[in-house]
Formats: sequence, C-alpha cells, structure tokens
Amino acid sequence: MNNFQYSRATDVADALSQIASDASAKFIAGGTNLVDLMKYDVEHPSRLIDISHLPLTKIEETTAGGLRIGALVPNSDLAWHPLVTERYPLLSSALLAGASAQLRNMASTGGNLLQRTRCLYFYDVATPCNKREPGSGCPAKEGINRINAILGTSDACIATHPSDMCVALAALDAEVHVAGPNGERTIALVDFHRLPGDTPQRDTNLDPKEIITAIELPPQGFSKHYTYLKIRDRLSYAFALVSVAAALRMDNGTTRDARLALGGVAHKPWRNPEAEAALNGQAANTDTFARAADIVLHEAKGFGRNTFKIDLARRTIIRALTQAMNGTPQSQSSKKIA
Amino acid sequence: MARSHTAPAAALFPGLISIELTVNGAKVKLDIAPWTTLLDALRDRMGLMGTKKGCDHGQCGACTVLVDGRRVNSCLTLAVMKDGAEVITVEGLATDGVLHPVQQAFIDHDAFQCGYCTPGQICSAIGLIAEGKAKTPDDIRELMSGNICRCAAYPNIVAAIQQAMDAS
Ligand SMILES: Cc1cc2nc3c(=O)[nH]c(=O)nc-3n(C[C@H](O)[C@H](O)[C@H](O)COP(=O)(O)OP(=O)(O)OC[C@H]3O[C@@H](n4cnc5c(N)ncnc54)[C@H](O)[C@@H]3O)c2cc1C
Ligand code: SF4
Ligand code: FES
Ligand code: FES
Repeated sequence: MNNFQYSRATDVADALSQIASDASAKFIAGGTNLVDLMKYDVEHPSRLIDISHLPLTKIEETTAGGLRIGALVPNSDLAWHPLVTERYPLLSSALLAGASAQLRNMASTGGNLLQRTRCLYFYDVATPCNKREPGSGCPAKEGINRINAILGTSDACIATHPSDMCVALAALDAEVHVAGPNGERTIALVDFHRLPGDTPQRDTNLDPKEIITAIELPPQGFSKHYTYLKIRDRLSYAFALVSVAAALRMDNGTTRDARLALGGVAHKPWRNPEAEAALNGQAANTDTFARAADIVLHEAKGFGRNTFKIDLARRTIIRALTQAMNGTPQSQSSKKIA
Repeated sequence: MARSHTAPAAALFPGLISIELTVNGAKVKLDIAPWTTLLDALRDRMGLMGTKKGCDHGQCGACTVLVDGRRVNSCLTLAVMKDGAEVITVEGLATDGVLHPVQQAFIDHDAFQCGYCTPGQICSAIGLIAEGKAKTPDDIRELMSGNICRCAAYPNIVAAIQQAMDAS
C-alpha cells in the first residue's frame, strides 16, 4: 500500500470541502474494496477521507411510501432490516447472495455501488488495462475472460460490474441521492453506472467531487413474486457468472408489471425495457419467459472463454422468472435451485 | 500486550496518528501509520499472534475478529478508522482459564486439523451466534462461508457451532 494522509470528515459539507481540495484524495467507507485495491497498487490515493463516522446510517420510510437508505448503512444491516425483508425481500436476498457475513458487516450501501470490476487484468498491475491505464489496451478480450461481459461491451473494455445489491436496486427502480459542490441531485440507479464505451476508466456518472448520501426505493417492492438467482463457480462467497433479479406483479396468471435485471453480464446492472414490455399483459409461462430471454440476449456477444454465459443467462432468466411466478424465491442458504 | 512508548511517536513522526483501542478488555494506545491494518496492528504492534493472516485480501476469513461486537476481516480494516473501538480477538475469549463455549465446542468436535483457520472460525462463529440469523445447518454453512478451511474440517466446524448455538 502507498503512504497516504488520513482525515476524518465531520459532516457531509466537511467531506465535500475536503475532497474538493485534493484531486487525488478518496473517500473511504467500509474499505473492503478500496483497501484491497490499494494493496494491489491499483488505487493509490494521496489522502483517505474517512466518511465512515458520518450520520448516514438510517433506514427510513419516505412520505411517498418508499424507503430511504443512508449511504453508510452496512450491507448486513440493510439485508436483515425488517422493512427490507418484508417489503423488499429481493434486495435482502441479493445482499445475502454477496460476499461473506464479515464483509457485509463492513461494506456500506454507497461503497457497494462504487465497487470496481473484478476483471483479472484490472487487478494485475503488471498487465495493460484500459480501465486502469487508459489507452494501454484490453488483454481480457483475447485472454482469461470467463467472468467478463457479454452485453454492452466496447472495443476498449469488456468488464462487468460485480455488485449483487445493484442488480436488485436496478430491478426495483431505485434512485441514488448525491451531494456535491453544486448542491444535491438524484440519479436513477439504471443511469448511475455507465457502459464502457471509449472511457472505461469511468465506472459511473458520479463526479469524483460528489458523495452518495442515500438510496431511495419507490413503494412497489414486489414482495410476492420475486427471486434473486445467482449462478457462480462456487455456491457461496463467489462473484456471479450470471445473476438475475426477477420481480413480477401478477394477476390471475397474467404478468402485469415485469422487472428483469441481470448481473455479471455487463458494465452495469442490465435491464431491457423491450423484454419487460414483452412480458407485460401476457400469460406468465415458459414460452413468454423464453421470448423475453431471447430479446435480452439477441445482441449478446461472447469472447471465447465467456461465450457459455449467453446460454447460461438464457436459462437463468427463464428459471428466475419461473421462481418469481411461482412465488418460490431462491433460498440463499439451501443452494438447491427450485 | 502493547509495547509501551516513552515518547509519543506521533509527535516525532508527523505521519503517525494516535489512537486508542480497547483490545480484549485492556486499553491500548498506539501511534500508528494510517496504512496499518488492524490485523498488522494486532500482530506486529500488540504481539497478539492468535489472529492469522491468510490472504490479506478479505478472501479467507483467517483474520476475523470482533469489532464492537461484530465480526469483520481485520486485514481490510484500517486501524485508524477504529479509534475508540472495542476489539476482541481469540486471545480474549477465555475467562479465568475457562474456554469460551465456542472454543470448547471446537475441541469437543475436533473441528480443526492444522488450526490455522481456527481463531478466525471461532471469532466468526461467535459473531454468527450473536447475529441470531442461523437456524439450520444450511444457514450455518452459508453464514460461515467467509471462513475457508484449507484442511476441510467443515463438517466438524458446523457440528461445533450447532452445539454452541444450541447451548446459548
Ligand atoms: C473477497 C470479497 C468477496 C466479495 N464478494 C462480493 C459478492 O459476491 N457480491 C458483491 O456484490 N460484492 C462482493 N464483494 C464486494 C463488496 O460488496 C464491496 O467491496 C463493498 O460493497 C464495498 O463497500 P465499502 O463500503 O467497503 O466500500 P469502500 O471500499 O470503502 O469504497 C469503495 C469506493 O467507493 C467510494 N465511496 C464509498 N462510499 C462512498 C460515498 N458514500 N460517496 C462517494 N464515494 C464513496 C470510495 O471512495 C471507493 O472508491 C466482495 C468483496 C470481497 C473483498
Ligand atoms: S475488460 Fe476492462 S477492466 Fe478488463 S482488462 Fe479490459 S479494459 Fe481492463
Ligand atoms: S487474511 Fe483477512 S480474509 Fe484472509
Ligand atoms: S484447520 Fe487447517 S485450515 Fe482449517
């Protein structure tokens, strides 16, 4: 790890003024991603501004009937919060599918959004990588790309965003509240992360001078018909190869409102409005689910070692929608896939 | 125990930061570089070698300790960020020579082979029991999945935790 300065932020305004005064400073919350990346010399901030003591730890009901989650709520507290397990069990399930109990105790809601890719070359500073060093190249395209993306890739980068939580948040139409030098703004979660394009060094649309203060969920939590189905190389404590957050509002066997978000396949949680529209108003069954999967994947492109993901994603989508329809969400303890 | 300092090192080395932790019930003052992890502070500065460094990247759980009652990976925790916190390591579990019920259960069930992962397993299991979410052996397996055992003592670890859980 490089040597760096350390300071604690006393409140959000102080955090913003500290980050504004040092272009190579970074915030630190749980530290589970940043400290790891600093040990690999992928990140080398001049200063860490400790925001972990800021009072952004509340989970509150909003007047609109939704939920506001402070950026520093630990992933474990969020996963087990009664309002979340009852009204947004999809979010709870996705959180519990990620990392380990220890890491979830440390990891914050805001940090989870900003965790960086697990692309092997991004982590290995001995290799080129456009995300780490713009212009140096992308060895993943012809290399070890089992965990890399099949949708929304660019010539410059085929990395995925590794978060499970964000996939559920995308399906739930969450919003991200941020504060910055020009005041506060709200970014829809589906617009928060970017596609790599020719600027893969930028993961999100958050400005480096901004801080995430909260996540807001709308009232509809899809607590009856949902699942988070995560497929990975080990049954626990591994990142997704493909994951699917499925949520349905059903009416007598007909899908009224479908949400489908994929993880492990793109630079951002992947939603496809066309596929969701194709489900709405239709009988919920394997045929309509397969059609939706085909729409999601018709532009999917493999890079050799990850080409299997296209078929895996298709089957995972159909299985997840079936679990959601049946009201039999995937257990994150017993690993048998219903 | 902590090595005592005659002069406050933080005054001599401006990069150092003074913190105070309560470690296994005892107050410990340290002048520490901000890049020192809690794991390195415990092992190198306080001489508490019970907590192990396996991967140093959050991937194995050998470094698990309890901070303010919650299990965390000390290898990804910067010590400066925990100024004022209460830390419990495997050395702080027994009282007056009587093993903690989870320690005893690991012995009763022969829940280790080389023992390298064991301090982390035990601290993690104590955290798991305090969290109160595990009801079934499947739950125990999943909620202990952040602790790798290279010797694969897993069946006995689950049985030991089940015993301690039932007794608590
Ligand atoms: C071994 C291992 C396995 C894992 N497995 C999974 C998994 O299966 N699924 C999964 O989803 N995740 C997994 N994770 C990742 C984990 O979820 C993230 O590391 C964690 O959520 C990051 O949160 P943090 O608070 O620790 O972030 P930090 O490391 O503190 O910060 C991450 C980044 O966010 C910035 N930041 C933090 N908070 C804010 C804020 N409020 N405003 C602005 N910037 C901010 C920091 O500057 C930094 O750049 C795993 C991690 C490890 C180490
Ligand atoms: S896929 Fe992206 S992160 Fe991975 S090597 Fe290529 S540029 Fe780097
Ligand atoms: S040493 Fe901390 S998790 Fe492996
Ligand atoms: S007992 Fe050897 S690693 Fe667990």
